Amino acid sequence: MGYALNFNLIWRHFDKLWGGLLLSLELAVISIAIGIVIGLVLAVWYVSAGRIVRTIIAAYVEFIRNVPLILLVYLVFYGLPTVVDIAYSAPTSFVVTLSLYSGAYLVEVFRSGLEAVPRGQLDAGKAIGLTPWQRLLNVRLPTMLRITLPALSNTFISLFKDTSVASVISVPELTYGAQWINFNTFRIVEVYLVVTAMYLVTGYIMLFALRLVERRFRAAR
Amino acid sequence: MLIQIAYALPFLAQGFALTLWVSLLVVVFSLIAGVIMGVGLVYGPVPLQWAVRIFSDTIRGIPILVLIFFVYYGLPAVGLHLPSFWAAVLALTLFKTAQVVEYLRGAVGSIPRGQSEAAMAIGLTFRQRLAYVIFPQAFRRFLPPWINGVTDAVKGSALVSLLGITDLMQAINQVIGRTYEAMPLYVLGALIYFAVNYALSLASRRLERRFSFIRE
Repeated sequence: MGYALNFNLIWRHFDKLWGGLLLSLELAVISIAIGIVIGLVLAVWYVSAGRIVRTIIAAYVEFIRNVPLILLVYLVFYGLPTVVDIAYSAPTSFVVTLSLYSGAYLVEVFRSGLEAVPRGQLDAGKAIGLTPWQRLLNVRLPTMLRITLPALSNTFISLFKDTSVASVISVPELTYGAQWINFNTFRIVEVYLVVTAMYLVTGYIMLFALRLVERRFRAAR
Repeated sequence: MLIQIAYALPFLAQGFALTLWVSLLVVVFSLIAGVIMGVGLVYGPVPLQWAVRIFSDTIRGIPILVLIFFVYYGLPAVGLHLPSFWAAVLALTLFKTAQVVEYLRGAVGSIPRGQSEAAMAIGLTFRQRLAYVIFPQAFRRFLPPWINGVTDAVKGSALVSLLGITDLMQAINQVIGRTYEAMPLYVLGALIYFAVNYALSLASRRLERRFSFIRE
């Protein structure tokens, strides 16, 4: 033992961590936004599609969910450019990966939500003469969102934590900042204590904000 | 290209064996620790409940990668020198334990209070109540999510490659370093991970359906 905590060097390099946290959030927000679009489109398509489309969507979902994220990150960043003529920076490549990744998780969330919408609501929509498009936009999706909000919150927070994997392709997000300070100052315990606190606080702020949204939508019922 | 990959197959198989070995150790250790802590969370005295709650929420609130680095670089700093393999197993076990605690809490919590009260009424001791009344029923609730969660251990184990441990992920990267065949090898690796994890999630789903006759 005999390890004396000294946080001075952490504060001196705190910009690495603060900038890292902001980048983590940016990566998460962009990827989740794209993931929501992928998830919504595929989930709506899935519940109304035939067998072949369902199999293809299920294959995408199952593949992504059963492969480690770090492998997908490597595959998109180091693998894809060797077979397709594309070039992107590490952050862009990570956003592509995490978008596809979050898309797969969100398809599942939205799909189970869509299936939980009571049949009577759809019949009622049909009875008052709504077009299929109106039924989807005004009946199915709002009800589905209300049902899935708690699961969505968990998925969002989990995806925010997954941005830490971007550090393996040197995207300077929070975990990368932690490693930089780890290797350059050797204040190892301190830096990981601070970073743990930063992830926890950010996660709880997200959770709190999402709970507020959930409560608001519940009241609107 | 194919010849180079075929040449590397025994090496990849070794890495795969290590991935399975790490996952197995993590699953076993976390099951033991998680069940003990989970019982503490549900039935323990308030300070113990708080301790387990803080442990579980902290561990689940940070990325596994941060946890792995914290344990791997942090332990030697405070004078504990573990080989990197065991540091990795320890970090992943901490992460998995927090999950098992939550599975157990959920499973035990889903058993109606009346069961416990009835067991108390016929004079069973605390241990008997757990062994004969609560656990046999909670087991069916615990098993499907737990098996599904084993995939998290297998996927999480890919992160130990960052500590220089030659698991499947690291073996793939090393073979790519020699052959420059990035895409085929990553796809091959993805398929191997997929095969293991998909089998686990299928098993979980099947068990869930098998136990779905139970109603409260």
